Amino acid sequence: MIKAILIFNNHGKPRLIRFYQYFAEDMQQQIIRETFHLVSKRDDNVCNFLEGGSLIGGSDYKLIYRHYATLYFVFCVDSSESELGILDLIQVSVIIVNVCFHVQVFVETLDKCFENVCELDLIFHMDKVHYILQEVVMGGMVLETNMNEIVAQVELQNRMEKSEGGLSAAPARAVSAVKNMNLPEIPRNINIGDINIKVPSLSPF
Amino acid sequence: MALKIVKGSIDRMFDKNLQDLVRGIRNHKEDEAKYISTCIDEIKQELKQDNIAVKANAVCKLTYLQMLGYDVSWAAFNIVEVMSSSKFTYKRIGYLAASQCFHEGTDVIMLTTNQIRKDLSSPNQYDTGVALTGLSCFVTPDLARDLANDIMTLMSHTKPYIRKKAVLIMYKVFLKYPESLRPAFPRLKEKLEDPDPGVQSAAVNVICELARRNPKNYLSLAPLFFKLMTSSTNNWVLIKIIKLFGALTPLEPRLGKKLIEPLTNLIHSTSAMSLLYECVNTVIAVLISLSSGMPNHSASIQLCVQKLRILIEDSDQNLKYLGLLAMSKILKTHPKSVQSHKDLILQCLDDKDESIRLRALDLLYGMVSKKNLMEIVKKLMLHVDKAEGTTYRDELQHTCNTKLCNCSTLILLRYISILVELTRLEGTRHGHLIASQMLDVAIRVKAIRAFAVAQMAMLLDNAHLLTGNMQRNGICEVLYAAAWICGEFSEHLEDPNQTLEAMLRPKVATLPGHIQAVYVQNAAKLFATVLRKHEGATDSQAAQETSQLLVERLPLFVQSANLEVQERASCILQLVKYIQKLQQKDVEVAEEVSALFAGELNPVAPKAQKKVPVPEGLDLDAWINEPPSESESEDEKPKAVFAKEETKHSRPRHTEVDEKELARRREARKQEQANNPFYIKSSPSSQKVYQDAPGVEHIPVVQIDLSVPLKVPGMPMSDQYLKLEEERRQKEKAEKKKKEKKKKREKHGKGKKHDSGPESEEDITPAHHVDIVTEEMPENALPSDDDDKDPNDPHKVYDIQGNLQDGSQVVVSVIFENKSDSFLKSMEFNVLDSLNSKLQRPEGAGPHDGLVVPFQLPPGVSNEARFIFSVQSIVMPQKLKGTLTFIVKSEDSSTHEKLDFKLHFTCTSYLITTPCYSDAYAKLLESGDLKSSSLRLEGVNMPFHHLLARICFHHHFSVVERIDSCASMYSRSIQGHHVCLLVKTADQTVSIDAKCDEPSLLGNVLDEIKQTFSQC
Repeated sequence: MIKAILIFNNHGKPRLIRFYQYFAEDMQQQIIRETFHLVSKRDDNVCNFLEGGSLIGGSDYKLIYRHYATLYFVFCVDSSESELGILDLIQVSVIIVNVCFHVQVFVETLDKCFENVCELDLIFHMDKVHYILQEVVMGGMVLETNMNEIVAQVELQNRMEKSEGGLSAAPARAVSAVKNMNLPEIPRNINIGDINIKVPSLSPF
Repeated sequence: MALKIVKGSIDRMFDKNLQDLVRGIRNHKEDEAKYISTCIDEIKQELKQDNIAVKANAVCKLTYLQMLGYDVSWAAFNIVEVMSSSKFTYKRIGYLAASQCFHEGTDVIMLTTNQIRKDLSSPNQYDTGVALTGLSCFVTPDLARDLANDIMTLMSHTKPYIRKKAVLIMYKVFLKYPESLRPAFPRLKEKLEDPDPGVQSAAVNVICELARRNPKNYLSLAPLFFKLMTSSTNNWVLIKIIKLFGALTPLEPRLGKKLIEPLTNLIHSTSAMSLLYECVNTVIAVLISLSSGMPNHSASIQLCVQKLRILIEDSDQNLKYLGLLAMSKILKTHPKSVQSHKDLILQCLDDKDESIRLRALDLLYGMVSKKNLMEIVKKLMLHVDKAEGTTYRDELQHTCNTKLCNCSTLILLRYISILVELTRLEGTRHGHLIASQMLDVAIRVKAIRAFAVAQMAMLLDNAHLLTGNMQRNGICEVLYAAAWICGEFSEHLEDPNQTLEAMLRPKVATLPGHIQAVYVQNAAKLFATVLRKHEGATDSQAAQETSQLLVERLPLFVQSANLEVQERASCILQLVKYIQKLQQKDVEVAEEVSALFAGELNPVAPKAQKKVPVPEGLDLDAWINEPPSESESEDEKPKAVFAKEETKHSRPRHTEVDEKELARRREARKQEQANNPFYIKSSPSSQKVYQDAPGVEHIPVVQIDLSVPLKVPGMPMSDQYLKLEEERRQKEKAEKKKKEKKKKREKHGKGKKHDSGPESEEDITPAHHVDIVTEEMPENALPSDDDDKDPNDPHKVYDIQGNLQDGSQVVVSVIFENKSDSFLKSMEFNVLDSLNSKLQRPEGAGPHDGLVVPFQLPPGVSNEARFIFSVQSIVMPQKLKGTLTFIVKSEDSSTHEKLDFKLHFTCTSYLITTPCYSDAYAKLLESGDLKSSSLRLEGVNMPFHHLLARICFHHHFSVVERIDSCASMYSRSIQGHHVCLLVKTADQTVSIDAKCDEPSLLGNVLDEIKQTFSQC
């Protein structure tokens, strides 16, 4: 079972949290802080497993994480999950997030871009990332590992949303566009560094 | 109406959407909280509007705020509203918010049941999907009960997308509403063979989770999983199944045997490391669960170790880490195969990753053996020097300290130097541990004292390097040990003057009080040694200089704030001053001064006190004086005095003072004991010690949260159990120590009498637990049954007596005793004949038939039956296997039972105690027909007459003559062999010279005698 999925940046700011067991909000924040503390002091060239934090789980639980340029993806899992399997799963999720946000990029440069993740995608579209993750993990159990299947389902749902007119109808969009113009300093597309993370056996999935 | 819509749109133009909210928060870094609180006010306004789009937008923003740690449960009702929207876009937002913040305590959840049911049966598969996803996060027992049927129907939905979600959510439903498991299980099992791989994977997932909770119930699915394992190509599914098998094999070893082959194939064929690793892990689990001694599996182990080596050698840190982790599992059962990869593991100590270093250290810890110890220690020492990171270093030192100590002398020498080297490291927490180890080794092993003293003197000389760290448990504790060792064994010092000077440096005054006290006391001891040395060389000048040194330096300690230091210092100062006076008169004082510290204390086993027999007529509970007594300081049980005093007397004023005084003294004594290296710390091994040591309650007992109550009869409380456990461990440890001590003594040939006198007072119990009534039947042979028989068997206890008739026939009388509460009947006694000894069966019976025991046994009754054996040769001992079958008849049923036993015909049992006169004995020895042989027994610690009694009792000899510590004995076998013994004893060593006309008989009898004494 997966007990929690935490995504936070290099400063410990949460970008997405998903607990599969109830914790009150302040406890959730405490867990994020503790996990960040544990994970952030580790070098990039050390192994990606951590024998659980004190707040979540206990001795049976492990933290399995990956660090991408500015983001940490942390899965808290129990011993029924395969460590290497979860590592692969994180990689798969990241690729799917990238595919869903930048379909055109996917076609152009398949191999390079997907080793990384753009933090802004997560900052402004936390809900969409949630919807993607829901197709990968459900209620703490891995639902689907086939990348094509997941992307197809996410796409179908997005298309359905579009046909309904989306959450923010045209006028609101126009306003956002205007607001966006006022803030030119926000970069549209940030792709920071390319940390080479070795992915063991990605293809089998 | 139209106007209203337009107005709504215009309003919405000014609403913030999620992106605006995020942007706003990022632009208000300084007053984030304030900004968010205004946003929340806005959201509250938005939620009040009728427009569902506005509400959904608000809820979406709330979801974001929830992530930042804001409690949004106040909007629960609005979330439900958004969930029930007919538009997928809004519904999805609603369910997401619900899954993030709903929980069992959320009261509006009960309003959602019908909405969710509607969504589950929606024609739009994504409505259903979203509902299932949401439900998986916030399902409550009520929801599970109400919706179980709907979800079960969805398990056979036409769309695989729905099927897999429905299957997966069933696990949550089972958890919340266990009654649903039984009806749903057949369908779940069906889904294991679903054509869609996603659904199949989900079903495997659910069953694996269920099986982890209760493996036993899912053993029956093993064949199905086995089939899946050999057919599936989905790595994720394979990993799950293989993990599941790993959990099942301990319950069913047969499964393990079957698994080995397909797993080995997978290991060979797969390219996915994750799958490879899980296969190796499960193979290890299988090999652990199979009882050892299956040589044909060594290939599998070899394969695992080989593959793990590849993982460890990989540059990927993750693989390295997991490889080491799995290696440590193998180490537990197959240490040899891991040891051959020592080089690799030592390499891992150099890794930059601390968790990998810790794993490697862990492995090394288990790998240490006598052979490779030196190498590993050397490597470790190199590491201690450059180790970074406190956890790692502490762990490293801990390994050095605890694991590497219990070895032979050579290693101990090395150990001391390791300890000394360890002290060079700053910032360790293990000072105390190192100190006690040093004391321990130096006191117990005489051979290394000289070396230890030299090292300690060096330490004292360089003490200034250590004293930087003044923490209580810091490294300066080591000086405590160093000073004591140098003082006590000062005869080994090369330059006692130098050490004495080092111990009296002014800097010493900055050390903690208890260390200073040891310094002062041991300075006096050293002083005595120095005096002797100088007087031996008639160098009175130097002797006087030494006294002068002490007189000059000691006043520093006299001013100490620490009472103990002050007291000792002033005492010794006065002594030295007096000696100085004598020296000036040219009086030789060295002898007298040395006499102050004469005598050597020996380490005392923790159990020794208990073994001292209470002298006859001494009642320890009786009052020595009328209470309140003034002599309590030496009381054995001050607490008892205390308690009784309190109850019996209305306390007069002065008693109270006494009590305080008493308490103070007790405290002081405890302190002293704690600091006294000779007093082996009280291990709480007896109840008494428990009561007397108030410290025990303060030991934090780990609270163990067990789902299954511990079943310890008569020990309902788990902490009591823990105590018991602790006690047992302590005892074991003490025993081990004792053994160790003995070994060492032997090794160094110190024949010094050890103070284990009380132990020899143990009564002479027969080696076997069978009641043998020899005295009554002196002509008996004694085939005693072997240890294999379970003495706790509820039904039977055998008393077996052999009765020898003539040269080839032995009558064995067996006493059957029914210790059970049931009636036993139809007993049949059978023995598997050997070539040499055969059970005599009646005419017509086959060679494997049993003999009917001619009686029945009511509960608690015993009876005797006799069986005749024919024996060919008596020169070898015989063991015959046998079984007794019988019917246990209780009130309403009768069952067949079987009891296995062994009949042990020792050679001794063929001997008959025969008196022999000394002249006949002498003639026999002179005849020259007898072959001789001899036996030496060492470490026999009993009076000579006990020794002889034992030989007579157990081996049927009679004493011919006894002169001091030398005796001649005689016995005769049933076939007329003469056996003569000459037993001599000196210094715990017993030598037996024996003669007999049959050498192999003699050899066996001597072996049996040796056996008897090794058991005592």
